[in-house]
Amino acid sequence: MSATHQLSPVARLEQKTVVDLIGKGKRVDDRGQLDYRPTTIMLGVVEKANGSAQVYLGKTKVLAGVKIQPGTPFADTPDEGILTVNAEFVPLASPTFEAGPPDENSIELARVVDRGIRESKAIDLKKLCIEPGKKVFMIFVDVYVLDHDGNLIDAAAMAALGALVNAKMHAFRVENGEPVYLEEIIPLPMQNYPVSITTAKVDNVTVLDPCLEEEQVMSCRLTVTTGKDDNICAMQKGGLGFLSPDEIKQIVSTSITKAKDLRAKILSNVK
Amino acid sequence: MEVGTLDKADGSAYVEHGRNKILAAVYGPREAHPKHIALADRAVVRCRYHMAPFSTDERKSPAPSRRELELSKVIREALEPAIMSEYYPRSTIDIFIEVLQADAGTRCAGITAAALALADAGIPMRELVAGCAAGKIDGKVVLDLSDVEDKQGEADLPVALMPKSNVIGLLQMDGSLTEDEFKQALDMSTDACRRIYEMQRETLRQKYHVVRDEAEKDEETEVKA
Repeated sequence: MSATHQLSPVARLEQKTVVDLIGKGKRVDDRGQLDYRPTTIMLGVVEKANGSAQVYLGKTKVLAGVKIQPGTPFADTPDEGILTVNAEFVPLASPTFEAGPPDENSIELARVVDRGIRESKAIDLKKLCIEPGKKVFMIFVDVYVLDHDGNLIDAAAMAALGALVNAKMHAFRVENGEPVYLEEIIPLPMQNYPVSITTAKVDNVTVLDPCLEEEQVMSCRLTVTTGKDDNICAMQKGGLGFLSPDEIKQIVSTSITKAKDLRAKILSNVK
Repeated sequence: MEVGTLDKADGSAYVEHGRNKILAAVYGPREAHPKHIALADRAVVRCRYHMAPFSTDERKSPAPSRRELELSKVIREALEPAIMSEYYPRSTIDIFIEVLQADAGTRCAGITAAALALADAGIPMRELVAGCAAGKIDGKVVLDLSDVEDKQGEADLPVALMPKSNVIGLLQMDGSLTEDEFKQALDMSTDACRRIYEMQRETLRQKYHVVRDEAEKDEETEVKA
């Protein structure tokens, strides 16, 4: 059953310092309230995957891999490829991660990343149909959290997007309902580039891109995912705190502006 | 809406919201089990959102899906801060939400029901929590999509509100909305939450009005005897 975990004693001791700093308009790592941590994205780090990307967001490190293989379509979308996002909180990433089946946090992370890609229609899934109702391509996006220093959602969304942009497959033609692969290598049919921006609320102050220390003391967070047309395609509030409607509207408009910058940065890095 | 639907639960409620039929039960505060989950400074609040296999068009496997696990988490995060859990250290408060029939917006109706069940269990709360979703269909922002509308709709925005303090505890969104459409949808759903909140209060008042009358009657007979 879903339950809140207790904060570690160390985090509770640090709590006051972090909150005090934010109350004074400062942050533990000397950033401004609306500053994003330095971001690097490396593509094609795992050759055996169809696509992969490793993202550094400050000290947070996330790796995403894309695998593409044929499979059976869902009954309600017989002519569309299938997108699956899964997230793994690898035990080496944080003292609080444990091996075993995914817990609610990794499920939430995967589902928020999935929603961003799916709802922005980032991939033209219709182009991944082999034979309607029988065979389509399935795209597996697996997100591996390697080092947890806060804001995993944004880092994971960036890594997933990078891996999808990086993904390559053989061009194919269909013969008797089976794909026949050609020499030519093609990218995935991408049509949108969703970017997530997470804001945390600490002691009534909102800060962008919380690091782990800030996440531990935040009352809540709000993730806003936007597509290239600046439309909002997914949102998720997390944590035990509350947000007023005005705070939410404020966060949404900052997120839209920030996402634009970040998207330009990612795409320039990728191409 | 109905409270005290179940006999064994400490608090329970049944809510019909459109064709959604939702049953919520609260057990607790009770002894934490297993013991190591207990917290020294407050009660552990646990939540389970679950859909009955027959609640949907196609049978749903009774095993908890990833969706149900995520919803259990976001529902708990909307309800837990309303509960004064610091009054009950070393205990647990368990919230169970069963969706008997689903017609889109089950997480919101689930929250509405669970808040009623918590109040019915006599657990001190800062405020009731009410939930309602807004969405977009045919390019228009509308309130509370139904099942069919949700499948064709362009966006869904579930919201849970604590109406008196005007703060939002649950907010999710999928689909596609411009910033202005989003603002419109958010205002629409918070207004609806306020209306649902009034209904919740009325439901509780109805039940406890009866309870009070009975108690008064008992007292009178006692005095006579």
